[in-house]
Amino acid sequence: MRKDLALVSSLIPEGSRVLDLGCGDGQLLAHLMKAKGCQGSGVEIDPAAVLGAIRNGVPVVELDIDDDLPAFADHSYDVVVLSRTIQTLRGPEAVLRQMARIGGQLVVSVPNFGWWGNRLRLLRGRMPVSKDLPYEWYNSPNVRFTTLTDLQLLFDAVGLRIARRVTLTPHGNPLKLLDARANLFAGAAVYVLEAA
Amino acid sequence: MPQFVDTQTVRLFDAEHPLRMAIGADLAPVDVAYETYGELNAAKSNAVFICHALTGDAHAAGLHAGETRPGWWDNMIGPGKPVDTDRLFVISANLLGGCQGTTGPASPAGGVGAPYGLNFPIVMMSDLVAVHRALMAKLGVERLLAAIGGSLGGMQVLQWALTYPREVANAIVIAASSRLTAQNIAFSAVARRAIMGDPGFRDGDYGPQGDNPDTGLAIARMLAHITYLSEDALAEKFGREPQADENHPGFGVDFAVESYLNHQGEVFLERFDALSYLYLTRVMDYFDPFADPHATKAILNNPVNWLLVSFDTDWRFGASHSRRILRHLEDARQPVTYRNIPSTWGHDSFLLEVPRYHDTIRAFLRRASEVAK
Repeated sequence: MRKDLALVSSLIPEGSRVLDLGCGDGQLLAHLMKAKGCQGSGVEIDPAAVLGAIRNGVPVVELDIDDDLPAFADHSYDVVVLSRTIQTLRGPEAVLRQMARIGGQLVVSVPNFGWWGNRLRLLRGRMPVSKDLPYEWYNSPNVRFTTLTDLQLLFDAVGLRIARRVTLTPHGNPLKLLDARANLFAGAAVYVLEAA
Repeated sequence: MPQFVDTQTVRLFDAEHPLRMAIGADLAPVDVAYETYGELNAAKSNAVFICHALTGDAHAAGLHAGETRPGWWDNMIGPGKPVDTDRLFVISANLLGGCQGTTGPASPAGGVGAPYGLNFPIVMMSDLVAVHRALMAKLGVERLLAAIGGSLGGMQVLQWALTYPREVANAIVIAASSRLTAQNIAFSAVARRAIMGDPGFRDGDYGPQGDNPDTGLAIARMLAHITYLSEDALAEKFGREPQADENHPGFGVDFAVESYLNHQGEVFLERFDALSYLYLTRVMDYFDPFADPHATKAILNNPVNWLLVSFDTDWRFGASHSRRILRHLEDARQPVTYRNIPSTWGHDSFLLEVPRYHDTIRAFLRRASEVAK
């Protein structure tokens, strides 16, 4: 399993009902269902990935995360996961509010635009391209770039408390650092959030 | 050498054990026309029930001896097809109230004498399911691997899985609805008015009187057919293509689309009964399972694995209908897979070989078989 998914999986309690937004071919959910006794559903918009999820035996709804989350009832899941997807959304704030409505806990993983390598590239006058953000500006599916500091301000604004944060190196290994330094040295982070 | 299939008939309810219908009436006898494809395995775990739509019949797949036209869902059901008869045992039955071998309003009342006509009891979705269940039991199947159907067929699957979730491991509901809109009912109302207002209808007694509401039934079919196709599909198929007509210009058949609809109306008369059309459209009008506050009580403790499919150009039972079902099933904590498939062909898409649609059914059923093992 992808390293970041293994980390997300480790943060999800056994036996939870999990909604995975941007579930791809259902790798995370298939693992959670098999290894941790979870019930899972995914939301995915890419047709090939949706078919992959069906083949993997993962319930998946082919809907748009930005527009269609009202299809899910209030408090109908224990955990709602948004794994490396927030940067592709038109309305991350609205989606976070929907997630808080649907789930008890939220698990959100993000690439960090504030990583020093990105800052350096920008200083040189070029848009950042890195392992975590491997696209050119004109072909990137990522339309929202955030640093960890900015993201945490948004969590605050929508009433989400950070219960846990795991920061990662650009190679996906855990990185224990305090806040300001994390924003400079982390390539990505995974947050566990709860309603404040 | 092709293997032929044939339609069989079985008596499922008789005077001693009549069918108790939802409105309270007892009906007997009830005969059902059905076909099966593939073999039931020793564990009896590979049965798939096909529920047909408004004007379907038991002949879903394969060829009848001496015929060249296969069953109505032959692109979906067969060896190596999405509903793979190399692995699955497939049951397909004509609906109660129909006119293709199963007891309906044109059958002799009580099994003898004159047809029921309008004295046939009003049929509800649960009655269709009750008869399917009786057939399933007769064939020695206790639990279906899957029930699958499009349009009215999908509604039967929904009804079945909601009320008897232990009998349906996987429910595949395609281009269906859990509650018709006013527009849906309006179209059916016009169709019924065309039939009942035809002098040949004779208050439903047209059979014994040697008559038939040909004009009304043909109009009903023409109207319905327009709603089965998208505007784009009609444009792509016919555009404003002229039809050679000696009365041109005038009120003859001047455009290809007119000729097509006339043809659809005419061929329909040969195979469908006007009373069945009335009764089966009414089944859809009344269907509203989630109006019952306990509708999802049974599935809460016995989850069914659901697949919902809609087509993006379907304006009869489009995505909003499937999403309403999705919402209710999500509320009931069900594992639901839902796809809205792009297709030019509107509601009719569920009968056509749309690759993304067929891939979806194939993958879902293959997975269902693996889990059942």
